[in-house]
Amino acid sequence: MKRKCDRCARPATHHSVEINQGQKIEKHLCDQHASEEGLAIKSINTPINELLTNFVKIHSSDEPERRTTGGACENCGLTFAQFRKDSLLGCPDCYKAFEEPLSNLLERAHEGGTHHIGKVPRRAGAGEQRQAMLMRMRKQLNAAVVGEDYELAARLRDDINRFEEETT
Amino acid sequence: MNLTNYTDHAGEWLRGSGPHSDIVISSRVRLARNIAGFPFVKRASKRQRHEVLATCKERIVSDRLAPNILWVDLPQSPAMDRQLLVERHLISRQHANASDDAPRAVAVGADETFAIMVNEEDHLRMQVLRSGLQLSEAFDQINRIDDILEDQIDYAYAKRFGYLTACPTNVGTGLRVSVMLHLPALKITGEIDKVRRAARDMHLAVRGLFGEGSEAHGDLYQISNQTTLGKSEEEVLADFQNTIVPQIIAYEQQARQALMRHREAEFDDKLWRAWAILTHARVMGGEEVLSLLSHLRLAVNLGRVNRTDIRTINELFLLTQSAHLQKISGCEMDAPTRRAARARLLRQRLAGGDRS
Repeated sequence: MKRKCDRCARPATHHSVEINQGQKIEKHLCDQHASEEGLAIKSINTPINELLTNFVKIHSSDEPERRTTGGACENCGLTFAQFRKDSLLGCPDCYKAFEEPLSNLLERAHEGGTHHIGKVPRRAGAGEQRQAMLMRMRKQLNAAVVGEDYELAARLRDDINRFEEETT
Repeated sequence: MNLTNYTDHAGEWLRGSGPHSDIVISSRVRLARNIAGFPFVKRASKRQRHEVLATCKERIVSDRLAPNILWVDLPQSPAMDRQLLVERHLISRQHANASDDAPRAVAVGADETFAIMVNEEDHLRMQVLRSGLQLSEAFDQINRIDDILEDQIDYAYAKRFGYLTACPTNVGTGLRVSVMLHLPALKITGEIDKVRRAARDMHLAVRGLFGEGSEAHGDLYQISNQTTLGKSEEEVLADFQNTIVPQIIAYEQQARQALMRHREAEFDDKLWRAWAILTHARVMGGEEVLSLLSHLRLAVNLGRVNRTDIRTINELFLLTQSAHLQKISGCEMDAPTRRAARARLLRQRLAGGDRS
């Protein structure tokens, strides 16, 4: 039998056992009461697999035909419907072919991340290196402004200006 | 170097050395890469997959990367060898169990600190695995390997999305960072659910000993990042090294202290029973051994039992797995025979260990 929440009739989804001075205190709470108790933070992040499945479901019911008939990757022939089945793309070009429907999914799967910030293969050319570097610096700058570290922000802004001058 | 050499010892990652090795068993980083101009593995024809395999083999098995790299063509390997590689965390279950004729391989470095799977979900899945909390060392090593390969291979890469991977959940850096943590006290006190929830809220995955879908037998938990786009390699590493791992370590230590303070007799009893059973049982199941070894490991770390050492226990986590047991015995065994062999191995490795 599923255990009920200590406070209401909903099923308990959060369980905790605390040992306090030799006393065992058990708590069994539903999502809502658990977050009221501070046992759980209301989660906006859903685990990735669930997210993919939900995404697939939403899109399959909302737009039954549009993407299946319209879009196939020109390079490998994969359709978006096929991608929905196992979450695997067919080839590097699929990212271009499905850029629009993928953007939404990527943003949710990667905590809002929409653009690559990180290593750039040397072969990809200086242009891309520069892009990524700038993107990284701008992200740091943004974080500094949000964190109200204006001294750091000013320094980063100078760095970015200098970097832009040097590399153009 | 061949697979039979693998049965009498564990890889470097189980050595029980490295920073925080009482709680952090190992640090792992992996990069997913694909070769430009080919479809991803699942959509590539057999001929294309052979071509990818040949291209990678030539570049991996050269002395530029490291001397004495072991190359294993998996379709030609017996199932037992493939299972052995899974138990040693050198290949995934998916890679071991793919259809018999799927062209695929693994390259393993001499001390097993690195392994490169070819034609798994992506053309290249490379990992570095080290004992204790050594994420930056592990990352430096994998980054060097990546640089050397990139010199000779054109990777699939796009400005906006970074390194392109078959599954969009890996796109960007293609970097998965994971640490394997031994958290017996959080398990005993029931606090582990809080760690799971906190991890989930931080967008981290929590898995068991053998990755995806596996149970946390032996109180071993793998925690890994899920975000690969919009975060740099350094940011992900710093989150683990400076925030996530230290916090969980501190939490586990608190739970250990609490158990010793408030439930000393009961707790000691649990630890000594683990020792007693492990050194005297005649029949031992595969899951039971993990949970007993977990308690023994905790006992040794806390100095409650000093008749063996962490390295021996870490090795036993591995050597008592089915494929290892059978390789050690040199023959295939049915389940009851394995359970007896497992108990025998434990008695041998732990006996005569009275060091007090």
